Amino acid sequence: MTATTVDDRIVAAGTETQWQLIWGRFRRHRLAVFSGIVLILLYLSAALAEFIAPQDPHAFNARFTFAPPQSINLLDRNDEGRLIFRPHVNGYAVEVDPVALRRTFVTDPEEKIPLRLFGKSEPYRLMGFIPMQHKLITVEDSRTPLFLLGADRLGRDVLSRLIHGTRISLSVGLIGVIMSLVIGLVVGGLSGYYGGLFDLIVQRVIEFLRSLPTIPLWMGLAAALPRDWDALAIYFAVTIILSLIGWTELARVVRGRFLALKTEDYVTAARIDGASDLRIVMRHMVPAFTSHIIAAASLAVPGMILAETALSFLGLGLQAPIISWGVLLQEAQNIRAVATAPWLLWPGAAVIVAVLTMNFLGDGMRDAADPYAQ
Amino acid sequence: MALLRYAVRRLLFMIATILALSIVCFGIIQLPPGDFLTAKMAEMAATGDAVNVDAVERLRAQYGLDRPFIVQYWLWVSGVVVGDFGFSFELTKTVREVIGDRLGISLAVEFLAIVVLWAIALPVGIYSAVRQYSIGDVAATIFGFIGLAIPNFLLALLLMYISFVAFGATITGLFSDEYMNARWSFGRLVDFFSHVWAPVLVIATAGSAQVIRILRANLLDELSRPYVDTARAKGMAEWRLIMRYPVRVAMNPLVSTIGWLLPTIISSSIVTGIVLNLPTLSPILLRSLLSQDMHLAGALILLMGVLTLLGTLLSDLLLAWIDPRIRMA
Amino acid sequence: MTPRETAIALEPADQSAAVPAPEVADEILAIVDLETHFTMRRGNLKAVDKVSLSLRAGDTLCVVGESGSGKSVTARSILNIVKPGRIVGGRISFKPGDDAPIHLSDLDPYGPAIRAVRGGHISMIFQEPMSSLSPVHTIGSQIIEAIRLHQPIEKKEAREQAISLLKQVQIPDPEIAVDRYAFQYSGGMRQRAMIAMALANKPKVLIADEPTTALDVTTQAEILKLIKSLQRDYGMAVLFITHDMGVVAEMADHVAVMRDGKVLEYGDVDQIFSRPQHPHTQDLIGAARLMESGPAAKVAGTLSEEPILQVRNLNLAFGTTHGMLRRHRAVVHALRDVSFDLRAGEALGVVGESGSGKTTLARCLVGLYKVDSGSAMFTRGDGSTTDLCGRGGFGDRSLYTEIRMIFQDPFASLNPRMTVEQIVAEPMIVNRACPKSELRSRVADLLESVELPADVMDRYPHAFSGGQRQRIGIARAIALNPRLVLADEATSALDGSLRAQVLDLLLKLRSRLGLSFIFISHDIGVIRYFCERMAVMRRGEIVEIGPSQSICDNPQHAYTQELLAAVPRADPKQSRLRG
Repeated sequence: MTATTVDDRIVAAGTETQWQLIWGRFRRHRLAVFSGIVLILLYLSAALAEFIAPQDPHAFNARFTFAPPQSINLLDRNDEGRLIFRPHVNGYAVEVDPVALRRTFVTDPEEKIPLRLFGKSEPYRLMGFIPMQHKLITVEDSRTPLFLLGADRLGRDVLSRLIHGTRISLSVGLIGVIMSLVIGLVVGGLSGYYGGLFDLIVQRVIEFLRSLPTIPLWMGLAAALPRDWDALAIYFAVTIILSLIGWTELARVVRGRFLALKTEDYVTAARIDGASDLRIVMRHMVPAFTSHIIAAASLAVPGMILAETALSFLGLGLQAPIISWGVLLQEAQNIRAVATAPWLLWPGAAVIVAVLTMNFLGDGMRDAADPYAQ
Repeated sequence: MALLRYAVRRLLFMIATILALSIVCFGIIQLPPGDFLTAKMAEMAATGDAVNVDAVERLRAQYGLDRPFIVQYWLWVSGVVVGDFGFSFELTKTVREVIGDRLGISLAVEFLAIVVLWAIALPVGIYSAVRQYSIGDVAATIFGFIGLAIPNFLLALLLMYISFVAFGATITGLFSDEYMNARWSFGRLVDFFSHVWAPVLVIATAGSAQVIRILRANLLDELSRPYVDTARAKGMAEWRLIMRYPVRVAMNPLVSTIGWLLPTIISSSIVTGIVLNLPTLSPILLRSLLSQDMHLAGALILLMGVLTLLGTLLSDLLLAWIDPRIRMA
Repeated sequence: MTPRETAIALEPADQSAAVPAPEVADEILAIVDLETHFTMRRGNLKAVDKVSLSLRAGDTLCVVGESGSGKSVTARSILNIVKPGRIVGGRISFKPGDDAPIHLSDLDPYGPAIRAVRGGHISMIFQEPMSSLSPVHTIGSQIIEAIRLHQPIEKKEAREQAISLLKQVQIPDPEIAVDRYAFQYSGGMRQRAMIAMALANKPKVLIADEPTTALDVTTQAEILKLIKSLQRDYGMAVLFITHDMGVVAEMADHVAVMRDGKVLEYGDVDQIFSRPQHPHTQDLIGAARLMESGPAAKVAGTLSEEPILQVRNLNLAFGTTHGMLRRHRAVVHALRDVSFDLRAGEALGVVGESGSGKTTLARCLVGLYKVDSGSAMFTRGDGSTTDLCGRGGFGDRSLYTEIRMIFQDPFASLNPRMTVEQIVAEPMIVNRACPKSELRSRVADLLESVELPADVMDRYPHAFSGGQRQRIGIARAIALNPRLVLADEATSALDGSLRAQVLDLLLKLRSRLGLSFIFISHDIGVIRYFCERMAVMRRGEIVEIGPSQSICDNPQHAYTQELLAAVPRADPKQSRLRG
């Protein structure tokens, strides 16, 4: 029954490389592939935030405090009363409740604000360096309101802020994991390779860090950051704090794979071929664990994103004017604010989607990482 | 005998870990530039209050703030050992006073969360593995993934929002106003339980999502082991043999997961406690950190760490007790 | 109901075969047209494809076949323990004497009716005694449970019965052993405990699914003997699943040969061994007997008297520590004063059971382990000598051009991420033994010499079967024209007929390339076939060394005698178990 362990088609040819086999396995994991596509879109929108976000995320307008989301109507009636394709949103009419003296927004069916794709906008720099003056969606008159996901307490566009927050939140996860990976590779690799006392100490340190509750530790470290640092410094400091504790899992994976591979017959065979230590590691061991490390790293990203979001939400992580999902959710801390403007919770949905898809993707990658397993 | 040796070894390791933790906590206390008194003096000067230099200097000497790190650490840690966690400069109370009965309430909430967590996770995990790919399993898996993806604070916010919109009730705190500062009584207990479900639910969700995933994976491994077929070949009824053999064996690694589950639970109870404004340690931890009242913060972090480690020790001993392979080795 | 026509559903080439159907009179178990399928990702796997078998009361039926033949699934189908597969056709009937037959395959696999049969009328023991017992329950509690599932008796009484059962399967100190856990038992004792559990309710039928495959040969002999004597005491019928024709000859009254889910041949054991009809049966018997006949065709050329390797007084002890203070130091002497000479061109076999130190010896000789004391002087091609176990030893990597190794596991020993060309070329690249431009043609030559087509070069190991992979491993071993090859259980992972092919290939290469061999195996037959001389190891010591033929014919040491006596012969006339 050996033929049943591997794909029949592959046995027939047998010339597929490791990565082709991994891809073949991964592709069968529908949910992981779908999640991968969603994530690519998320990262693309993070990269192209200035282009996709309809408004400047910092632009405020007191007239539209807590304005509810507008819905896009694709069809409109032309002068003869026939339905034509003309995407537009409706403007707002403000009603004042005479008793509570509170303003409520209602849609004004008379005021139609046509939308344009790739319309002209104020000049800006895409990703900070490409000069552009077109955006994905624009309104003809920049003074008319466009709040597809509503507005916040200062009348800022939630959608635009969400898109800009994606850039920070996703990159914190990525950079944090890359830093953790560097620490994990060095420490785990050395630990697995040299063993002995060094390994013993590293093992104890990892065990120590893993036995502590991370949130209070993160909170303590983040709270100790000087208040007068600028946004960028805080951003990097928070990322470093996250990876200071997050590296342990990756080091554990690296060390575990290293130890397992060291005793593999084919590594022994390479030794008996007369290969040098460096060649054994680079030629025979590294290719075998690259895929595992990538999978483990991708599974560590959501943890980083959740941690950043939680810290920023508590006011200990990133601070305004930086926009991250956690910072945005700070606006939703007050239950009355949420009750008035539930759309303030949209960044939470973004967190869930990102973490969910990353977990699916990571699971798919982990399952595909060893295409030779029985 | 072997069990005793094992227990002693774990205990020694825990003591070493607590020592390391205390150094980390003291490091956190020391991290902000300048000491608290300097900040306080600057603040007093700014607001025009008279600065009592003598009093400040006396405090500084008392806490050894002018001495080297190691001496300061020694002063601090030797106080901690006898229960003197230091002084909250912000609240001008001793840390012990600040903590008061919040510690007990924290523990109660966390304990209840663990009970609920297992009450959810065990049956769901077992069902999920035994009926792999059934509708129930798929539902449990989806719940598991979503439970892992929702940050605790968001879940707490959503719960607050839903109950506010649906019932017009705010579910913050653990006591109604009339019982807030009352002594413990039956009425207060009932009041406590009528509030505590919300934080317990939030804390238990994330944890049970993880436990379900682990239990399911472990149990799927165990279900395909030959000893299960041995039990079948004996003529045992299916559910009975599943409970007696694979579930029993799968419990061992699960008990050892308590070790890392506790840090998660404490972490999420902190966030939940802050969002729902519970009378637990969590809100004062946040407040002390935001105001850089580091003695209080350091003591709280140390306390939470030690509690976690104690729980881990208990789970290690429990594991040794139920697993003959460890007990007899 | 005479389904024998299908039972001997032979391939077209063997239409001459006609096996008489056994009389149905005292039949206790009848399997008719059984079909058990597994749903795979791509289509159905017909693990059992229209199998019919008949077991008579008190009789032993051996089902023999190589891996993947469906023999185990057939056995498991009887008690309907085939998850994730399912029985899709045919009928299995249990006929308990006077009572009406019970059609097992028609019963709900989870229902009480079949559960009364399982462990009650029909018991089963499995291949891996360790993993077949619960790791967290005492042996006693598992046996007591088996008793109380079928007999309404008190725990205390059941415990007495369990102790008496343990005594019957010859477990020492049964009163103490009953409260022990499986991990505190040795492999043989675990299988005895499994048998005790199977006997708990005096079953009419015992199904034994490769019960001795995981055990050493001397332990196997004890277990086979035990099963046979208990079978007599209890008057049980035994359905015995095995891949080993020797075991078949020892145990069987009747034999069914399976391949690809089908029964190829069925008959009386003497008839199967004396007049096998199906070519596959002939192959199986031939391969088994090959290892019983004396050394194979002599290797061309005469042996020189010059030793290529002189091993003197190798000692190695592994310490295992327990407890925090590392006080209890249990020392395992893996090698004790091991000495021998190997002459150039000679093949020396090292035979021993698990834990005898034979693999440790091989690993010391290629520098993977450091010895505590002793030397192994190797005469190099240029006439100089090097101590393989000395400090400098393999510091000089060029030694690896002269000493090569063949591994046991053909799946683990080839890097799955490298092509066959890269694998075979690796030793030549790292030792700069061949110019880059000629590498490809050299690899092609090597593949040809291990009888693989050169065009497999660009494939990865996953495209090959176990036997082909082992050939690739051999090509890698001979790539540098070595002078000494260490083969560590090189054929143990292969099925019988493949094993003979690989051994013959090695013999060919030996005589063509003038290789010296140290051949390590637990299988004395393989060693006798391949090696002129053999050394018998036990607990780190060589207890006997000498010419293979004379050791096999006239063993001196008591352990060698025991070892030889334990090897089952593929000849029912020599069986010592059947009365």
